[in-house]
Amino acid sequence: MSEIKKFMYINRKAPYGTVYALESLEVVLIGAAFDQDVSLAFLDDGVFQLMKGQDTQGVGMKNFSPTYSALGDYDVTKLYVEQESLDERGLTLDDLLPLKYEDEDDDWAEKDSIKLVSREELAGLMEDQDVLLNF
Amino acid sequence: MATLHTVNKSPFEKNSLATCLSHLQSGYAVLLFEDGVYGALRGTNIAGRVEDAAKSGRVYVLGEDFKARGLDEGKMIEGINVVDYAGFVDLATDCDRVQSWL
Repeated sequence: MSEIKKFMYINRKAPYGTVYALESLEVVLIGAAFDQDVSLAFLDDGVFQLMKGQDTQGVGMKNFSPTYSALGDYDVTKLYVEQESLDERGLTLDDLLPLKYEDEDDDWAEKDSIKLVSREELAGLMEDQDVLLNF
Repeated sequence: MATLHTVNKSPFEKNSLATCLSHLQSGYAVLLFEDGVYGALRGTNIAGRVEDAAKSGRVYVLGEDFKARGLDEGKMIEGINVVDYAGFVDLATDCDRVQSWL
């Protein structure tokens, strides 16, 4: 077994207008099978991927936002959302999906997957990674 | 009626909406669709300029795209009108020309 690496998936695009958001999610789910230390970052228009209440019936596209709720079951439990990006778009944490995971190291306590971070903090987290994948 | 301006790019990723708003002439209509619908949100960096344009009652947003992205009509800039695909077609046929800002 090779050593565990830190992978960060960086999401900067709105969903549906381009295919980046969906492709990122697919790669994250595939990558989850490899037992690495995975985190996701949402900044710029990427924060729109996590909006709650998405309803794509009228546009004939698949609503893939429920899949974010399943990430916890794949041990993907670190979703960093950049505060400044929310502010610039008039959004708050309340506008985002209430994503949870069960912490096996803490008696399966339910915890929030979304962690609000400042631009400065996110830059530091990126610096701490082995692999950065941009979408 | 003169020109229908359509914008399908996010105002936070490209300056298409800003440039569109800078080129409006009397009788204009502006339709926000696809990722352009983010321009209809209140409280954003560009909301002030969109509010000014919407005072004419001639700024429209494609409801299907707005809903798909989980946006709340309660957070839409006042004065913006919601249209469906048929309304989009009506706007295009009622106007003399269409300017598609990419």
